[in-house]
Amino acid sequence: MQPSSQVDAIPAPSMTIEQAIANLKQTEDPSARYYAAWWLGRFRVRENAAIAALIDALSDDRDRSPDGGYPLRRNAAKALGKLGDDRAVSPLIDSLSCHDYYVRESAAQALEELGDARAIRPLVKLLEGGVEAAVFVPGKPHLVQPYDSVLEALGTLHATDALSDIQPFLDHPVPRVQYAASRALYQLTGDTQYGDRLVRALRERDLQLRRAALMDLGAIGYLDAAEAVSETHAENSLKLIALKGILEKNLDTDAPHLDSAIVEVMQYMDRLL
Amino acid sequence: MFQSQTANSSPMPVEALIAEIDRADSAASLLAAVRTLAAARDPAAIPTLIRVLGFNNPGAAVAAVGGLVGIGKPAVVPLLEQLDSYNYGARAWAIRALSEIRDPRALEILVGAASDFALSVRRGAAKGLGSLHWTDLPECDRPVSQQKALDTLLPTTRDPEWVVRYAAIVGLETLGSNLTAELSDRLETIATCFESLEREDDELAVRARASLARGRVTRLLQ
Repeated sequence: MQPSSQVDAIPAPSMTIEQAIANLKQTEDPSARYYAAWWLGRFRVRENAAIAALIDALSDDRDRSPDGGYPLRRNAAKALGKLGDDRAVSPLIDSLSCHDYYVRESAAQALEELGDARAIRPLVKLLEGGVEAAVFVPGKPHLVQPYDSVLEALGTLHATDALSDIQPFLDHPVPRVQYAASRALYQLTGDTQYGDRLVRALRERDLQLRRAALMDLGAIGYLDAAEAVSETHAENSLKLIALKGILEKNLDTDAPHLDSAIVEVMQYMDRLL
Repeated sequence: MFQSQTANSSPMPVEALIAEIDRADSAASLLAAVRTLAAARDPAAIPTLIRVLGFNNPGAAVAAVGGLVGIGKPAVVPLLEQLDSYNYGARAWAIRALSEIRDPRALEILVGAASDFALSVRRGAAKGLGSLHWTDLPECDRPVSQQKALDTLLPTTRDPEWVVRYAAIVGLETLGSNLTAELSDRLETIATCFESLEREDDELAVRARASLARGRVTRLLQ
């Protein structure tokens, strides 16, 4: 509930599409390329030339960070997730084996957004070794794989064959990974025990964890969580986003029928405005 | 909000509670002190609670807003008087408190806040504008004030942010149920607005809320 952090971000497109594509294709100025990749995703530029340039950028070798990462590839993967073009699926799958953790993370998230089942098997491969292998990289703030993004993607992609690969991650020591596993298992099975795990996470002492659980419950649209979400100690703006997710997941797009449970969700939302 | 038994029988006079806020040396002790002061529901706490809005501490600000809303009307003039001297964050919290106190003296401030650049301020203002206690106004002033709220809320249903549009619907629904006799024909304007949102808004949640509001308002029309 920090009003100053909720400032609207609707930057005017100060570049033309042609300029952005040209900026991405040139190789002289790495920061212009980096920005152009972000820009094409942000403004949903679905033109062929943009898609092709972003796919090329996924194998860029010029833009390197001091620790050996590939900043441009990260942004290109993120943008491709937003553009919804199937041609990106296969190159993004290749990106899942990039040395840069953050490229793999962006690729997993993009593949989730693209919703193509071809990504399931390569994503499951990243879970190899199970919880035992899922340790922190020494000296880094992250695990060896982007487990939370991979698990979330598998849930969204209806990877029911991967249930036994996902299940063990409920007991991973990192709460964020446990939540991702709960979220995926709820999506795959509809079993309320997984939704209830996320509801319990709304009472964690750490605000970051409560926020994560809010977003997960909104993403899976767990109707039984509505009241608990509205009472969580967190910003109203986040609780409203979570309740919106719950509301929309339980509404029929064509003919929204407002039964009493749906009206109740809206009453919780009304009180948080 | 009601006065709790413990607050009434608190042995701590407000002065002591205020001193605790000034002595607080951690976020946790500040929050505890503000919560206790807020629970006292004592108008003597108003200046201190207003001061807390500017501490850039969201938890404490939430508690202070709760305290000011609990005190209600006596907090309105102090909040309005100091509004210009607030920093940005404090101003947003003060507007939030005014939205929730629902005193019509805040009308002009809420009209301005409905086009603030922070969406949480617009969201609170939109809901607050619709739910002011109109009966606090002399009867002759009600039509002009309600018209002003209506003229602000109708365009707010086209805000770029879904949550502000949602709040404008909630505000309009409440306003529609409390229209003064002179403005009773505006109920149809409100119903028409809900109808088009129900059809055209990009966000399913907004369409659903418009549908609920349209149903409720239509029942009033019959």
